[in-house]
Amino acid sequence: MVRVQAVGLRVRAGRRMAVDGIDLDLKNGVHGVLGPNGAGKTTLMRALATVLRPASGELTMLGTALGSRESLRQVRERIGYLPQKFGYYKRFTVREFVEYMAWLKQMPGVDIPGAVERAVERVGLGDRADDKLSTLSGGMVRRVGIAQAIVNEPAVLLLDEPTAGLDPAERMRFRALLRESAEDTCVVVSTHLVEDVAAGCDQVLLMDKGRVLFQGGTDELAAAGEASEVGDSPLERGYSALLDRAAR
Amino acid sequence: MTHVPPALIASYAQGLSTGIDAAVIEAHLGTCASCRSKLHVPDKVLDEVWSEIDLGATRPRDSVLVRAAVWASPAMVPWIAMTVLVTAVAVVTDLLGTQLLVLLAPIAPVAGVAAAWSRGMDPAHEIVACTPRAGLDLVLRRTIAVLAVLLPVLLPLGWLIGASPAQWLLPCLAFTTATLALGTLIGVRRAAVGLATTWVAFVVGPSLVTASLPALLEPSSAGLWLIACAVAAVVVVLRASTFTRLASGN
Repeated sequence: MVRVQAVGLRVRAGRRMAVDGIDLDLKNGVHGVLGPNGAGKTTLMRALATVLRPASGELTMLGTALGSRESLRQVRERIGYLPQKFGYYKRFTVREFVEYMAWLKQMPGVDIPGAVERAVERVGLGDRADDKLSTLSGGMVRRVGIAQAIVNEPAVLLLDEPTAGLDPAERMRFRALLRESAEDTCVVVSTHLVEDVAAGCDQVLLMDKGRVLFQGGTDELAAAGEASEVGDSPLERGYSALLDRAAR
Repeated sequence: MTHVPPALIASYAQGLSTGIDAAVIEAHLGTCASCRSKLHVPDKVLDEVWSEIDLGATRPRDSVLVRAAVWASPAMVPWIAMTVLVTAVAVVTDLLGTQLLVLLAPIAPVAGVAAAWSRGMDPAHEIVACTPRAGLDLVLRRTIAVLAVLLPVLLPLGWLIGASPAQWLLPCLAFTTATLALGTLIGVRRAAVGLATTWVAFVVGPSLVTASLPALLEPSSAGLWLIACAVAAVVVVLRASTFTRLASGN
């Protein structure tokens, strides 16, 4: 089932057209959005999160074209989003914050306590659930960000640079969580780290200057590189090769 | 690793193992996926187990912070508090003969309203904007929260210094609605800063210099303020969809 579909999507970031004509057809699984800084990844993620209105093109999420207030509301109930800059209220405890987000996501009141418990448990913060966010480390705060994104068991999970600030053990745990979710969720992860894509993604979308340079499996990306390219792994060489080719 | 014999797993699944046997089997099942795959618990037993688990025990106490946040986001609290403080100071000086309260009351709510829908003032703005509740109803709910704190303070203080509510209540509501209306065009924070600055520069400043209230704040101007309220409200409703997206400006 196609979860996210875009045709000729163009999205502005300020005056700049940061996403400049992108077609997408994303099903369940983990999709890595890869690209150098400034490629338009965050703007694309914001458009998919429905917080930015596209300048032109069509965007269909979960089979619903986004237009009316009601269609937005329905789609958002089934979206989870972790922005690149995850802001939070530091006086809230982990549980309070995730509970508040569950309320904003219009979850039925009776389901909230259980859903909050599960989300906090899944990111491994069960023992810190009653601690204030101000007392947590950067990596733990990031995990709270993931918990709030998954509390409503979204069908589309959008994570913008989710591994920033996570230590190696947290990264591994996070990738396990992605793989676990991928069966029945369309996960879109943006990153500028090729290793993130290598470890956790089924599909790669390589972006540069607002356009998609490449869309395919990680093995295809690796195959695009030659031994002469810059990079420590086949994937990195494939990444540099495609960016070089586009620059020429 | 030694595995649990199938017969024991079966009796465990039926709930027939007891004491140390049950504890040992359970500990092993917790770590051994292969034995766990042989465990088939009948629905009836599962139902019984679930019915015995008290979900209420894991339910957190109703949090005061969360209940408050349903009305006003934590980002708004310092701004509302600041406003209440400034109001109190205005009343103290009014007792000494100025008319600051009437002059400042119109712009008193705008700081709190600005914090209700602003990227720069609310750290969680972006994730809130992505939720189904984001929209005019959430912004109105937060605006009502600002007024609900402010008006109960303004009313008795106004009465204390003998100002008629007609003089400041309508301007106060008009500025609140206008902040939201202008906010749909340039962002609520910019709107708040712009309106407050204009008011201070063109009304508060001159009034303090001449030591008299402008005609705008005489009870006879009530009609003008009502019209301003209505026009702003129409704009807010027509442009409500901007509150479902990331706030523009900061």
